[in-house]
Amino acid sequence: MEAKHLERGLAAVAAVALFACGGDGDGDRTESRPGGEAELAPAPVVDPAVAATIRGVVAFEGEALVAVEIDMSEEPACAEKYTAGPPMTHDVVAENGRLANVFVYVKEGLEGTFPVPADPVVLDQDGCRYHPHVLGIQVGQTLLVRNSDPTLHNINAQPSVNRGFNISQPQAGMESRRDFRRPEVMIPVKCDVHGWMGSYIGVLDHPYHSVSAADGSFSLSPLPPGTYVIEGWHEVYGTAKQEVTVGDGETAEISFTFSADMAADAIVPLGEPVELHADHQGTAVYAGNGIRAAGRE
Amino acid sequence: MSPGGRVRAMLTAATATSLVAATGGASGQDLERGRAVYEKWCVECHGSDGRGDGPAATYMLPRPRDFVQARYQIRTTASGELPTDDDISRVLLRGMPGTTMPAWDNLDEKERADVLAYVKSFSAFFEDAPPEPMAFTGDPGGGAAALSAGSEVYDKLECWKCHGASGRGNGQSTPTLEDWRKLPIRATDLTEPWVFNGGMGVEAIHTRFLTGLDGTPMPAYSDALESGIVSDRDLWDLAHYVHSLGPGKEPTVRELIEAVRVAGVLPKGPGDGGWAEAEAFYVPLVGQVVLKPRQFSPTVDGVWVRAFHDGSELAMLLTWNDPSRSPDPDWDEWQARLAASLYADGEEPVTERRLSDGFVVQFPPGIPEGTERPYFLMGNARHPVIVWNWESQTGASELRARGLGAMEALEANHLRGVASYDDGQWRLQLRRALDTGGTETLAFREGTPIPVAFFAWDGSSAEDVRRGSVSGWYFIHLAEPTSPMAYAAPLIAALVTGALGLLVVARAQKRELSRADAVAQA
Repeated sequence: MEAKHLERGLAAVAAVALFACGGDGDGDRTESRPGGEAELAPAPVVDPAVAATIRGVVAFEGEALVAVEIDMSEEPACAEKYTAGPPMTHDVVAENGRLANVFVYVKEGLEGTFPVPADPVVLDQDGCRYHPHVLGIQVGQTLLVRNSDPTLHNINAQPSVNRGFNISQPQAGMESRRDFRRPEVMIPVKCDVHGWMGSYIGVLDHPYHSVSAADGSFSLSPLPPGTYVIEGWHEVYGTAKQEVTVGDGETAEISFTFSADMAADAIVPLGEPVELHADHQGTAVYAGNGIRAAGRE
Repeated sequence: MSPGGRVRAMLTAATATSLVAATGGASGQDLERGRAVYEKWCVECHGSDGRGDGPAATYMLPRPRDFVQARYQIRTTASGELPTDDDISRVLLRGMPGTTMPAWDNLDEKERADVLAYVKSFSAFFEDAPPEPMAFTGDPGGGAAALSAGSEVYDKLECWKCHGASGRGNGQSTPTLEDWRKLPIRATDLTEPWVFNGGMGVEAIHTRFLTGLDGTPMPAYSDALESGIVSDRDLWDLAHYVHSLGPGKEPTVRELIEAVRVAGVLPKGPGDGGWAEAEAFYVPLVGQVVLKPRQFSPTVDGVWVRAFHDGSELAMLLTWNDPSRSPDPDWDEWQARLAASLYADGEEPVTERRLSDGFVVQFPPGIPEGTERPYFLMGNARHPVIVWNWESQTGASELRARGLGAMEALEANHLRGVASYDDGQWRLQLRRALDTGGTETLAFREGTPIPVAFFAWDGSSAEDVRRGSVSGWYFIHLAEPTSPMAYAAPLIAALVTGALGLLVVARAQKRELSRADAVAQA
């Protein structure tokens, strides 16, 4: 527990630091990274000859939560898309001892700033589900939200240190673009019209993130050689992390093991703690906002 | 003050002084004075750290604003943006209808400006560049065509999914709605525009479409507008349509409910067309917050009362909105969530499931001689009340109550009740003989105002006969029979008028004829 407290404390310090230097005050619409952080030098471009890779699998032990059928009877336009079988909850997708939908990312060890990828990250609403269920994005990178259903969805993003938004997409084919200004792991996204719809977005100030596939596999590359803290985040089982060193051109194989027992006392970080304005501090204690996620897809 | 407290106070003062130095001055806002206003008026709900967690907050739904997270519902800026100073200022001045946030017009302009600056100082977000209001067009006007078009937009944008087909806040998604704190939140009843958080004017409604209500499930339609899925005209039409769903203004509350005497038969049920002839009296209801268990954020906030009598029976029609027809399994989870979020703090827990909706009409046990009335929360041991009690699972019966929910049966029940539920609205007709013959209950007397009070509850929101919404005492007046002369007088007047009219016409015609004759002769 002490380690967890310490970790939360560090996260809080990090968030304050981010607050102190982050934010350019413009809208949440697509835009480049604020210039106020220019004191950090751009990270050197990774030489393909020495680029390193960290990859591995997320293993799962114990009995996973049982998926239950989602009742979409109130939304025939979505229900009829499931011809092969009814839609099931998938807050836990664990088969053959592997856990999917784990957000794996470099938590510590990178230096400098990284160019914002030009390609948008797509969050699709199809069959009244979010695709993908978990995704990573870089600060300033465009999030493209698409409605592929002929029905009303609202996209209610509820970050803490970023500004949230809640926009409606009443028609199929509609696309909206947003971005996030500050790193935040994780931002919950929900649709209030369809209470079962949920998604999680991890925002980082670098491009080294991955989401474990159905076979539990993930990969982070091309990394500059170095020593990194890699963290895996799961919406039910919480987080796990480890340190790994990769040399020039090396590939490091690592694995995470999440277990059914972890759900009981998991702290699932949703968002970063939002601190009182610095001028008010010293007069109050805030307990943090670790929230146990449950009840959604 | 303890030494620790003094040190803390000094630190706070020092902090406030440094805040003044940091951000005050130029705008003329004084953070130290703002802090004083805040500590006096705001802290009970919003908390000393501005996190919306003051001592009173746990009783409120929605909870008070968290100024550190700085998610503001009522803005003129895009979804996700901070509010402008004018936005916060308007809310301070007018309050937030439909919530526990009152209008702070008791503060002077300077105090409001100071506290506004202090409220903003809780959040680092306000160090970002000041937000820009969105571009809003002017109202192109309403009218029948706009309302008809607006109705179509309401369907197309699927507003009914939350707000219901008739706008009563009872759409299919409502039982699962939650705010950003994961607390249950009700879809706004659009037929009661006086509870709109951002105001009930057409312009205010149009603004909410474009900005959304951040922190709630209500999204912004700004992107739908940009994508061409709706036009700005559509949104204006929709605003006019939503505005038309309720009365144009908050209903006037009248203390005397008039029960007209009908010559023919009394209405047979809540759907009887005869009720259309009756005048409707609006009675606002507020949470029962006096006795435990209390309810600070009740579902039912008002009832429309209509009454007729025919000299031997009294019939009342009670109409109120409730998004759930309790018990309803679709609302089980809502009930549990609401009970957990509202009644967690020392209040009696709600363990029962599938509770009924209910309604109580209270009367004194006899016509009071003076101004004395029983206690408005269903009387007490010494001064009981007669209650007309209706519950959705058991029907209507006349009982005696000696305190909130402390009911006892009468020897005979003469009350008959018929209820119907349609699209988020209960209509309950209650009928009873004016005089039931015995002495154990009230005998109504024509011409004498008789005290009457109301109590309603929504089982799906974990409410019951004690934990619901209540009115104070009103009066019901049973009109006396009109004398035969009252009927005869208009008839005589009509006959006389008609006869005089005919006389005038005949004379005019005669004159006209003689003039025509004269012309012809010439």
